[in-house]
Amino acid sequence: MSANPEQLLFTSTAQAFLDKEASLGHVRALHSSEVSFDSHWWQRAAELGWASLLVPEELGGGSVSGDGVADLALVAEQVGQTVAPGPLHPVSIVLAGLVEAPSGHEDTIEALVSGQLVASWAIYEPRQPFSPLQAATTATRTASGFRIDGVKDRVEAGDQSGILLVTATCDGRLQQFLIPTDAPGVTITTQSSVDMVKRYARVQFDGVEVDESAAVGTAEQTPAIIERQRQVALTLQCAEIVGILDAVLAMTTQWLFDRHSFGRPLASYQALKHRAADMKMWFEACRGTTAGAVAAVAERSPKAELLVSVAKAYVAERAPVILQDCVQLHGGIGVTWEHDLHLYLRRVALYRAMYGSPEDHHRAVFALSRKTRAAEES
Amino acid sequence: MTETVTAPGATESLADFTARARAWLAENMPRIDPDHPPFSVRAEAESWARAKELQRRLYEGGFAGICFPREYGGLGLDYSYQKAFDAECRYYEMPLILNTPSFTICSATILDMGSETQKRERISAAIRGDEILVQLLSEPNGGSDLAGVITRADQREDGTWVINGAKTWSTSAFAGDYGLMLARTDWTVPKHEGLTMFLVPLNAPGITMRRIKEVNGNEEFCEEFFDNLELPADAVVGAVNDGWTVASRQLHHERRAVGGGSEFASGKGAENANEMPPDHVGLAEATGQSEDARVQDLGGRALVRRMVKEQLVDHVSRSIADGSLPPNAGTLIRLFHAETTELEVDTALAIAGTAGVVDEGGDGVGDLGGLLDVGIRYLSRQTGSLGGGTSEMARNVIAERILGFPREFAADRGVPFNQVKRKRD
Repeated sequence: MSANPEQLLFTSTAQAFLDKEASLGHVRALHSSEVSFDSHWWQRAAELGWASLLVPEELGGGSVSGDGVADLALVAEQVGQTVAPGPLHPVSIVLAGLVEAPSGHEDTIEALVSGQLVASWAIYEPRQPFSPLQAATTATRTASGFRIDGVKDRVEAGDQSGILLVTATCDGRLQQFLIPTDAPGVTITTQSSVDMVKRYARVQFDGVEVDESAAVGTAEQTPAIIERQRQVALTLQCAEIVGILDAVLAMTTQWLFDRHSFGRPLASYQALKHRAADMKMWFEACRGTTAGAVAAVAERSPKAELLVSVAKAYVAERAPVILQDCVQLHGGIGVTWEHDLHLYLRRVALYRAMYGSPEDHHRAVFALSRKTRAAEES
Repeated sequence: MTETVTAPGATESLADFTARARAWLAENMPRIDPDHPPFSVRAEAESWARAKELQRRLYEGGFAGICFPREYGGLGLDYSYQKAFDAECRYYEMPLILNTPSFTICSATILDMGSETQKRERISAAIRGDEILVQLLSEPNGGSDLAGVITRADQREDGTWVINGAKTWSTSAFAGDYGLMLARTDWTVPKHEGLTMFLVPLNAPGITMRRIKEVNGNEEFCEEFFDNLELPADAVVGAVNDGWTVASRQLHHERRAVGGGSEFASGKGAENANEMPPDHVGLAEATGQSEDARVQDLGGRALVRRMVKEQLVDHVSRSIADGSLPPNAGTLIRLFHAETTELEVDTALAIAGTAGVVDEGGDGVGDLGGLLDVGIRYLSRQTGSLGGGTSEMARNVIAERILGFPREFAADRGVPFNQVKRKRD
């Protein structure tokens, strides 16, 4: 991704903010005090524009370069450098959906852009794989709106969200609804994760009553809106992982130069040089495929569906391999709590699984290629 | 990057050129299905006769040597014209086998380093479709140590040179008219400093050529033996004892060509069906496994890798252009290509199952006979990780030249070549 001057300034501001307010030290401190993120901190991040990037100007948003998806990917990459805390992913994913059908949700969008409100996407259901177009959770029509019943889980930052975007089946068709977390009948249970700070939640909806206006888009619009949210979610994961890899590879290269064994720097051993060379190649490939996904999502290209799966499949397959290789090249220190590598390894392991594993995305790419092939033959 | 000579003042606009090329191609070149390219195997003489014939048509039509300077028979246009032509000629039969090494490596290097006469004669003959240029670099004892050449060139008092030695793995040399041949001219200096590049007419007396047969039956590569081959003084390319500079240009152009980034290549399709990536979806369907989750995962993984390879080519090209990666980052593409080919070939073999190793023939439902090719291809899987520099050498380049790691110890560094140990005591 080659950035323009406005993007460079935006990125350096984000970087300075993260260095000062979301360093690895901050992440460790949050972890030991069992805090996921500080809401005031998130509001300050939002003041830097982090939550406005996917929102058009007429709805109170905007982005420095005019390409909000690319700018958001740059922020995510910076976040990866320090595996920073915060609800960048859930807020961005929800906003990506709301701006597709903003009517009646302008206030929610404004509150999210300002950072005063945190939202999350309630898409997973207990014991089910990521299948965004299926929901056992139901929305039943009532005189004034809908009644929601069911259980969602793996809801990122669910315990710190004011509102949830929930998929539910209504009259046999999938639709999304905005449900405040303080509505009667909503029960939230925290789910811990391997990450130092990222927390998830199980959310139970027992006869939760919402107005007609809670619906986001029509049933006809819903599959396309969900697909857009899925694309934003996967793009964010890949971009953040690219930032993580950049950080851990810099760390590991430095180590190979500094550490001496048998009177030579580790960097002089061909066996280790070749591993570093492979990691460099994999890293640049991760960058390349992420750039491809970002561009396709930004342009709303018909290939975006394929390219986000290609990027997620490759990046999430390679990144854990690179992280564990970095641990190996560090030697014993790499598996200690005091070394920072595990902070990065945790986030990568988390993203590998969430929103589809590499194996799931391989199959998705196979299916899409099969469809294209069949279309070409007929 | 090679600097292409800039076009003369009154250049045709890109749009006009493209329109003219489209009309001309439709009139003059045979139409093909790019997914099923016509038979063109480098090992067969008829493929080269056909390629020369197509090249002559391009030359007569004014579409040959688009990025070569006018004075050497080209059109003197920049890369954007070649790219536009590449897009237009996709559905036409093109002399693709002439691209590498003749145009992208040999002609490009002669353009950089050759004498005025060499440029005028050899480049224009190649562009006209009259001659083919090849490389004679590797030696039977050389392997990855390309500069350790022991083919010798001794100069007589009248200035002529006498060549003795052997070369190997010369791509398509049997079809070539002239070869760029690296020989040792000074044995008393370190290995890179005593080399000279020669332009050798391949029909000269004193050259014996033999085909190398590979495990898959391919006979594209050759080895050559030189017994008192005589060359005139003006056969030297560049300066005497500066042959490594010329060879380095060849390697540079080769890396660019392999990465698909040479402006001297015309047409971008696959040369033949064997060059096409395996069709994993098709294999899964032919073997009735397209609903199998395990096969979908395997096949999808190979498809992903192929697409990432294309994205890496774009990313590295952009990064070299904006300076965020050094020029030799092309080696990343070279290595990724080799690794991807290994995965693709392995995946095809895994999906083909027994049909990849036993000719199961047709059973009325489908024909599995063709799948034996998958197994044959597997046998020569490593060629992509060996040719044009091994993957291990590529990893050295990435570690040393891109990441700045310490260079490998070389026992011959700075040592006069005649004192370098070359075999076991």
